[in-house]
Amino acid sequence: MADNPKDLRYTKEHEWARRTGATVVVGVTAHAQEALGDVVYVDLPKVGAAVTAGASFGTVESTKAVSELYAPLSGKVVKVNQALADQPQLINQDPYGKGWICEVEASQPAELDTLLDADAYTKLVASAAG
Amino acid sequence: MARRTPLYDAHRALGARMVDFAGWEMPVQYTSVIAEHEAVRNAAGLFDVSHMGEVEFRGAGALASANALITNDLGRIADGQAVYAGLLNESGGFVDDVVAYRFSPEHIFVCVNASNRAKDFAWMHSHATGVKPVDRGDEWAQLAVQGPRAAGIVQRLTPLPLDQIKTYHFAQGAVAGVPCVISRTGYTGEDGFELYCPPDRALALWNALLEAGSADGLKPAGLGARDSLRTEMKYALYGNDIDDAHTPLEAALGWIVKWDKGDFVGRAALEKQKQAGVTRKLVGFEMREPGIPRHGYPLLGGGARVGEVTSGTMGPSVKKAIGIGYVPAELAREGAALEVEIRGRAAKAEVVKTPFWRKP
Repeated sequence: MADNPKDLRYTKEHEWARRTGATVVVGVTAHAQEALGDVVYVDLPKVGAAVTAGASFGTVESTKAVSELYAPLSGKVVKVNQALADQPQLINQDPYGKGWICEVEASQPAELDTLLDADAYTKLVASAAG
Repeated sequence: MARRTPLYDAHRALGARMVDFAGWEMPVQYTSVIAEHEAVRNAAGLFDVSHMGEVEFRGAGALASANALITNDLGRIADGQAVYAGLLNESGGFVDDVVAYRFSPEHIFVCVNASNRAKDFAWMHSHATGVKPVDRGDEWAQLAVQGPRAAGIVQRLTPLPLDQIKTYHFAQGAVAGVPCVISRTGYTGEDGFELYCPPDRALALWNALLEAGSADGLKPAGLGARDSLRTEMKYALYGNDIDDAHTPLEAALGWIVKWDKGDFVGRAALEKQKQAGVTRKLVGFEMREPGIPRHGYPLLGGGARVGEVTSGTMGPSVKKAIGIGYVPAELAREGAALEVEIRGRAAKAEVVKTPFWRKP
């Protein structure tokens, strides 16, 4: 299994969050894309949309299934990954890089500290697979 | 407890992701649904479909007995030929869709859907007026080799001249030394074969086909690719696109109903429906706005709910979001505007000609 980067925070629903200065970049984990299979469509949030920690802010669809995206933290969407409109497979190919989903301006940055770190997330995935 | 085919361990060894399908633990994908789908369109794919059921009618009057249960006509085909047919209830709805093989007038073999094995057998047994069927489901495994390279691959493993087996014909012979019914049929829109063999020889056949096909790009393919391939052809999936409440006329499968064959279960209801005209029809549509239609999503016409999506996917070959669903007869024409309600949002769609996929 791919390593989950140490500098990210994770949700139990398999999203990741990366602090980059004033904003936080959000995506789905290597485990999530593996479980989804070929991603064929991403329903992206709109720039300016408000997101709430734990609430759905979009969907990712594979050939077979639709999965909700849950916001790791609250705030406002300031940027979305437009490349996913034509190349949703970027989520499979590079979930922690070119497959990022959106960038959020956090309204409560402390929420980030309540998320799982890489070790805790890796354990969660391992125990679910067990 | 889910049932397993004789190839369960082989699937696991190939790294397949297993899912429950109609009570069977089946491979949904080995590597990627899209890669497996493309292998079938461009080279070849190998499917384990041993979960399908088989029912046999044997003895004097077998043909008449089986023929009275299905919509297509075993009387107008030759020995060594098969037909796709509806097995209907008295209201004209589908008990199942089946492929019926005519070995001889005294030997008819019917392949049924995995999800309907017990129901179909009970139905056929109680409604057969002459020869009674025998359930042979546990006596056959079935592998499907599909794709433009399929015939070449299978030919390397059998002395039988496969070019003499035309579409919807079959023969008996050895493939890789395994006795098979070799049927030129499939569920993908590509040329290929469905091979019925004894379950204890299925692994030998599977391995021989994988080996013989590897240089040609043959890949093991799972139920995920099987579903996207059949959806691109608008082939019906029982439980999604057809069921007890929908007739062949509504499902745009009028061609499998042979009116000149005499009586069959469901005929009177179909005649009545034909006279009155169908009020809803199964159509194929393409999305004109972003989104993928999925089974169960509402279909809208003129803003009002008119039906629902029975199947839908992003077609890997057509590279479009496509769907199938029942709509009122007046909307069942090419170019008719529809909308699909996707999580509360109405997305534009348009009725198109099917199959969605045609060889370029």
